[in-house]
Amino acid sequence: MSHQLKSLEEEGDKSTRRPSRKQASTAARPQDRHQAQSSRKEPTKGSPRPGSSRKRQVEHGSCHKGLRGQKPVKVERPSQGRKKDQRTSLKDRRTPPKKEREARRKETDKQLRKARSTSLASSASTGDSLSEEELAQILEQVEEKKKLISTMRNKPWPMAKKLRELREAQAFVEKYEGALGKGQGKHLYAYRMLMAKKWIKFKRDFDNFKTQCIPWEMKIKDIESHFGSSVASYFIFLRWMYGVNLVLFGLIFGLVIIPEVLMGMPYGSIPRKTVPRAEKEKAMDFSVLWDFEGYIKYSALFYGYYNNQRTIGWLRYRLPMAYFMVGVSVFGYSLMIVIRSMASNTQGSTSEGESDNFTFSFKMFTSWDYLIGNSETADNKYVSITTSFKESIVDEQESNKEENIHLTRFLRVLANFLVLCCLCGSGYLIYFVVKRSQEFSKMKNASWYERNEVEIVMSLLGMFCPPLFETIAALENYHPRTGLKWQLGRIFALFLGNLYTFLLALMDDVHLKLSNEEKIKNITHWTLFNYYNSSGGNESVPRPPPHPADVPRGSCWETAVGIEFMRLTVSDMLVTYLTILVGDFLRACFVRFMNHCWCWDLEAGFPSYAEFDISGNVLGLIFNQGMIWMGSFYAPGLVGVNVLRLLTSMYFQCWAVMSSNVPHERVFKASRSNNFYMGLLLLVLFLSLLPVAYTVMSLPPSFDCGPFSGKNRMYDVLHETIENDFPKFLGKIFAFLANPGLIIPAILLMFLAIYYLNSVSKSLSRANAQLRKKIQALREVEKNHKSMKGRAIITNSEDTLKNSSKSTTQLQVAEEEPAPYSPSQNQTVDKKAQGPGSSSTEGRASRHHVGALPPRDRPDSGQPQPQVYTCRSASGRSTRRPHN
Amino acid sequence: MGNKQTVFTHEQLEEYQDCTFFTRKEIMRLFYRYQDLAPQLVPLDYTTCPEVKVPYELIGSMPELKDNPFRQRIAQVFSQDGDGHMTLENFLDMFSVMSEMAPRDLKAYYAFKIYDFNNDDYICAWDLEQTVTRLTRGELSAEEVTLVCEKVLDEADSDHDGRLSLEDFQNMILRAPDFLSTFHIRI
Repeated sequence: MSHQLKSLEEEGDKSTRRPSRKQASTAARPQDRHQAQSSRKEPTKGSPRPGSSRKRQVEHGSCHKGLRGQKPVKVERPSQGRKKDQRTSLKDRRTPPKKEREARRKETDKQLRKARSTSLASSASTGDSLSEEELAQILEQVEEKKKLISTMRNKPWPMAKKLRELREAQAFVEKYEGALGKGQGKHLYAYRMLMAKKWIKFKRDFDNFKTQCIPWEMKIKDIESHFGSSVASYFIFLRWMYGVNLVLFGLIFGLVIIPEVLMGMPYGSIPRKTVPRAEKEKAMDFSVLWDFEGYIKYSALFYGYYNNQRTIGWLRYRLPMAYFMVGVSVFGYSLMIVIRSMASNTQGSTSEGESDNFTFSFKMFTSWDYLIGNSETADNKYVSITTSFKESIVDEQESNKEENIHLTRFLRVLANFLVLCCLCGSGYLIYFVVKRSQEFSKMKNASWYERNEVEIVMSLLGMFCPPLFETIAALENYHPRTGLKWQLGRIFALFLGNLYTFLLALMDDVHLKLSNEEKIKNITHWTLFNYYNSSGGNESVPRPPPHPADVPRGSCWETAVGIEFMRLTVSDMLVTYLTILVGDFLRACFVRFMNHCWCWDLEAGFPSYAEFDISGNVLGLIFNQGMIWMGSFYAPGLVGVNVLRLLTSMYFQCWAVMSSNVPHERVFKASRSNNFYMGLLLLVLFLSLLPVAYTVMSLPPSFDCGPFSGKNRMYDVLHETIENDFPKFLGKIFAFLANPGLIIPAILLMFLAIYYLNSVSKSLSRANAQLRKKIQALREVEKNHKSMKGRAIITNSEDTLKNSSKSTTQLQVAEEEPAPYSPSQNQTVDKKAQGPGSSSTEGRASRHHVGALPPRDRPDSGQPQPQVYTCRSASGRSTRRPHN
Repeated sequence: MGNKQTVFTHEQLEEYQDCTFFTRKEIMRLFYRYQDLAPQLVPLDYTTCPEVKVPYELIGSMPELKDNPFRQRIAQVFSQDGDGHMTLENFLDMFSVMSEMAPRDLKAYYAFKIYDFNNDDYICAWDLEQTVTRLTRGELSAEEVTLVCEKVLDEADSDHDGRLSLEDFQNMILRAPDFLSTFHIRI
């Protein structure tokens, strides 16, 4: 408590003292006045410690550590009072004991300080009659010192030295600052530092918060550290996909399904919302529900459930219009987000050109995160650093590989030819099987195989072709990253066949249903007509409408398509999970536990553990997304199912990878931008846009189900809205805009713009490449220049070493300044001789260490001897460097 | 005021604040951390500047350092005699340099010293090998290690003398995007 008071008192003391000193110093003889003042203050304070003397004494204490007899000094010092111009004598008084105590340490420091203090002293002694020139000089010095004080913490000195310098500077400033009438910006500086610190802390917390908000970041980092960035890139892609699907889910649920459920007519009110009587019996059976028939078929998850009422509920929500617009915006949003992320990926890849020059150095010196304070994290970090080194080594070896270029080219052409043959063969096979299946479908009593031939052939192809491609790709000898791209492209082509057959079959089905529709429509009308007319003579009481379950209805091809996609998605999901479970997990279990009772080494030999199949998984994901895009128009619930699927597969696959897969044999780095995945996705998006656009634009909707029933085409809902709900002139404008005379020029203009922008970007990138080349060349020149200089230094130092036989003093010479290495060798010798002398003999233990531990395996063992010595010399330099 | 501490004098604290990137509170916290390492060794009164060193074994067992592959180097670089035993001032120095307020140049200077295993003021191939071995816990084969070292020298050694000088190192680290964020110990 008393301490606290004292310090407070001191604070007050300081603040009162300062202005008074300022006034005093403007007088002719500031010293006397000040002295008087301080002596006057001493008794009143009751403590023998006026601020600055105490400071000095503290300085004394801490900078001469190991001084046991401090106490007496402390007591004796205040009695001296504060005489500013006594400083020199003070110094003198202080130095002798120092010499004794610190003879071992930093002689040079002292030398320097001595010089400085004498200069101070000289300026101080003339302080009585300050001329303009001197004033300016002192001002300059004060500014310098102030700067030193404020940047003290940036100096790479040990604390003892910093403290000493700080005190010196402070004393100097305190002494002369008053004379120059300058205030102190220390508090402002402290405040600014505090604010900067707060800001940094805030930013850090915010960043932490942001990374915490990214889902599965830790999981993916974990996988990345064990399996490399290529496997992680799949999971990052999966996460991105999940995000996109969440947005689509929000759109569809928020704007279509929820309004329908809340405000639409309830289940059972009209025929399209009721299960027909014939199906009622089994409508709740699991086997039926599993096929998305029964109650699920007549629910808001599918197209057919929606009514063609123009507006629903008290909000007068235009559901058909909303349905159409959501369908359009699902595609619009997907296109936009894919293209945008592609663009941002390419931007990111161009700006990172700098780090290419220092791949290994950055890995070496900045990859360890000093923040890690947890042994598990540290383990992961070790693994990830090793992995990333391996990735870079693979890249490096790949770029350095020299080989027979003709042979490689030949092999690559051959491989492509073989793959093309495979693709053509499988394409023909699919075509053939599809043709045959159309014949089979006409037969009444087809066997199980005949009915399922297409699926069987497709899955067989999907099972055997990718490994075949991989085997062929081994011929090409690509870098694994490039190899992955080729593999992806080839399997993509194969899967396209899959897609094509599926769509073809679906289209046939749809056309069949459409052709039946007219018939069913007539039957329905006829039934209803009969129902109302058969009521007999009682005309006054109209018969209640028939129960909705009894009304005959059409086949509703839209719902059928939706169900088809739904089934496909679910079965695809199950097949994926089963494959992971059997192919990865059970295999890993088998290998792990049967290994010790088997006749060969299972882990190293045949079954081994599975590697994570990047290409298969990525393509699975992409095609699944294609299914979602195609199906979401006819089955609004599909996106919800997909969100669930992605969520589960994220956790499931993360677990499977970590538990039962091994890293690839050659861990390779994912390409910096996963634009290849994005490109494939864009292609699939386009391909899935086509059938949907075709059905919307050119097929008539079913007459008795869905929001567009009764219209000629689905897009008629647009015309209807424009005509009925918008003002007249807007309708006219739309009609004008839809005029082909306007659209064709607009498209032409767009093409021109694309062409122009493309050429501009090309020229810019060319300029960019040239600039980069120039920088590279400059760096090379600089390197060569420096190497010439360096060689000169080395030879020079060799000479010196030869000259200076084994005398240690001369070795110091080399230590003194190896960098400039003036040809005038003798001069430095002289300087050294009269210089601080035996400063280096006191050398630190570590320096001896150097001598004892010469670097092993030096690549250039040509000159190990001089290098060791120069190393030593440099260490000598470093202890001295901070002074200058 | 909550200024109840009697460990340091007011001036000492002021000076430590001037010499480090810490506020008074942080200095006190650091002191207590330091004191906790060896409660029977470190006195609670520093006004007389006692000559106390906490041995490296205790410094290296701090949670902030114990998983760091370079902890020994850090302690050696910041300790007075290069043996890893630290006084309070060394301790403050260390965390000041490692704090996030420290400028890039200062950090780079000390990082260079840390990676310079044999204290010869150059990072030579042997130092690089040491670094790689510690970073990967010896998981890389000997050829891979030499390849990595060669590549590093090739990239960063601008005067082709087969080792990295401080200048080379600073030149390289200046462009490193995440040096500042990784060379940083939070305490």
